[in-house]
Amino acid sequence: MQGLEMLIGNPTFAFIQLLNSISMGMNYFIIAAGLSLIFGVLRVINFAHGAFFMFGAYTAYTVGQEWGLGFWPAVIAAGLFLAAISVFLERSLFQFLYDKEHLMQLLLTFAIVLIMGDVAKVLWGTDQYSVSYPEGLDGAWNVGLTYYPSYRLVLSLIGPLILLVLWYFTERTRWGRLTKAATQDREMLSALGINVPIIYTSVFLVGSALAGIGGALAAPTNSPVPGMDVFIIVESFVIVIIGGLGSLWGSFLGALIFGLVYNFGSVIFPNGQDVFAYLLLLVVLLIRPWGLFGKPEAE
Amino acid sequence: MTTPMSRAGQAVCLIVLLLLAGVPFLGEDYLIDLTTEILVFVLFALSLNVLIGYSGNVSFGHAAYFAIGGYANAILLTTYEVPLLIAMPVAVVLSMLAAMFVAWFCTRLTDIYFAMLTLAFSMLIWAVAFKWRDVTHGDDGFVGIAVPEFLGDRVSFFYFTLVVVAGCTGLLWLICHSAFGKVLVAVRENRIRAGFVGVDTRRMRWTAFVVAGTFAGVAGAIFAMYNRGMYVENAFWTQSAQVLIMVLLGGMYSFFGPAIGAAVLYLLERFTNEYTEYWPTVLGGILLVILLFLPDGLVGLAQKVRSRLSRLGGDS
Repeated sequence: MQGLEMLIGNPTFAFIQLLNSISMGMNYFIIAAGLSLIFGVLRVINFAHGAFFMFGAYTAYTVGQEWGLGFWPAVIAAGLFLAAISVFLERSLFQFLYDKEHLMQLLLTFAIVLIMGDVAKVLWGTDQYSVSYPEGLDGAWNVGLTYYPSYRLVLSLIGPLILLVLWYFTERTRWGRLTKAATQDREMLSALGINVPIIYTSVFLVGSALAGIGGALAAPTNSPVPGMDVFIIVESFVIVIIGGLGSLWGSFLGALIFGLVYNFGSVIFPNGQDVFAYLLLLVVLLIRPWGLFGKPEAE
Repeated sequence: MTTPMSRAGQAVCLIVLLLLAGVPFLGEDYLIDLTTEILVFVLFALSLNVLIGYSGNVSFGHAAYFAIGGYANAILLTTYEVPLLIAMPVAVVLSMLAAMFVAWFCTRLTDIYFAMLTLAFSMLIWAVAFKWRDVTHGDDGFVGIAVPEFLGDRVSFFYFTLVVVAGCTGLLWLICHSAFGKVLVAVRENRIRAGFVGVDTRRMRWTAFVVAGTFAGVAGAIFAMYNRGMYVENAFWTQSAQVLIMVLLGGMYSFFGPAIGAAVLYLLERFTNEYTEYWPTVLGGILLVILLFLPDGLVGLAQKVRSRLSRLGGDS
């Protein structure tokens, strides 16, 4: 319980853990939001989302370091790259499985995980790359009690920004209304003259671009390495299940809770952080089987 | 209420069993090991199919029970020096208890939510195996398992595996073809209707989950001894996905389909690894072919070919 004493006795230490939790949570939110968006509309659980994240992180390295174009252009490039890959996959594979069982869809996305993992090995090898912080954000800022890495602070702001943008687009635009309508009744929407396949493709594109951006943003703190995809995906699942599949606010809250439990858990019980995340999931599901913001499934 | 196996079916089973029993007489060590390992995965895949094929619940975390059986057996044999006759049953019971507990949560949900929850639980078990270093040795793997002396050489281990796997397969066959198995299929086909005629569908799904978990524990316990070690990867979700692919490749709507799927996939993996390190891509390709062209797996394909052939024969 040494960690607990430190948390109580040393407010600065506790404050740093809090900031760690938030910045980590916000990075996870960006990824989980994409996963949840895709599930919300397409009803597909996309295992390949983790692979998209990994590709995003690698792209940040290639574009930002190797080509020397800088970090922020690399983040945008990662988003665009993954958007392109996802449109290709959606048009060539996914669209044939929307009417099939969920098992088929799950396994299709798993097939993509397997293949993309190997493609990443061919393209980037098995080395671990380090991606440097963007210029001007490699230092630390004074946040009152302590100095804190500026990049992580910026990351903590990008999360809520993306939340707002996504909220605006899903709740306040025609596109958002159409995606909701597509969730309710595809056939009716199609009969009304709306091009439903394009809506589906666009949702898949946006969700996947978020995975790419999330991966690129994670790259400076989370060096791209083979196998990172299979870990991030289950952690993202935990977040979206806690928050409620398909709920934007749910992923936001879920990601924050995940960050808090992970960071404080590992201080209080070193080595226990992974176990905690899953235990937390259990507790939430005991109380609300559909997650905090989820709706009970329709029979 | 149990449907007896057809005469032809009995004959095929007997022949397969005799052929398997004859494998050690070929004298090839490689072949004996290969067959032992395939048998383990056959049992693993068959156990999962009780849940998927018969009750229609897709588990994405079946490796958890395999790993519990394996780790428990390994730890009891090695750390506590418990004789096999006690260690293995205890390991299997532990798998069963874990399955009972997890199933209670998971059967509250259905379909995709069910799959996600089984995945989350299996990752919880993976995390425990990973972090509980004192007991499981974490990511170093639990190696140097004290296999009992009478199973020390590969031939006796092979026969041990064959007897256990054949016995378990027989039990699974009886379970799946009993009244219980038929009710499970009814639940799979239409849960709501099954509920209307008075079936406690949740209890049925729970029982199927427990049966599946228990037999996966048996497979895991044998695997640990065969492999002389358990690794955290054995509990990871990708292992669960692999066994799911075995079930799907063979064909989940037939009892023996998953056994064929397990054998074929395992052999493919062995041979592919001799030529290339890109087995995942090959596996992904196989999966895409099944999903897009062979929804009922190899057994479904065989049936289609047979009916096509008999129709051709009828025409001429």
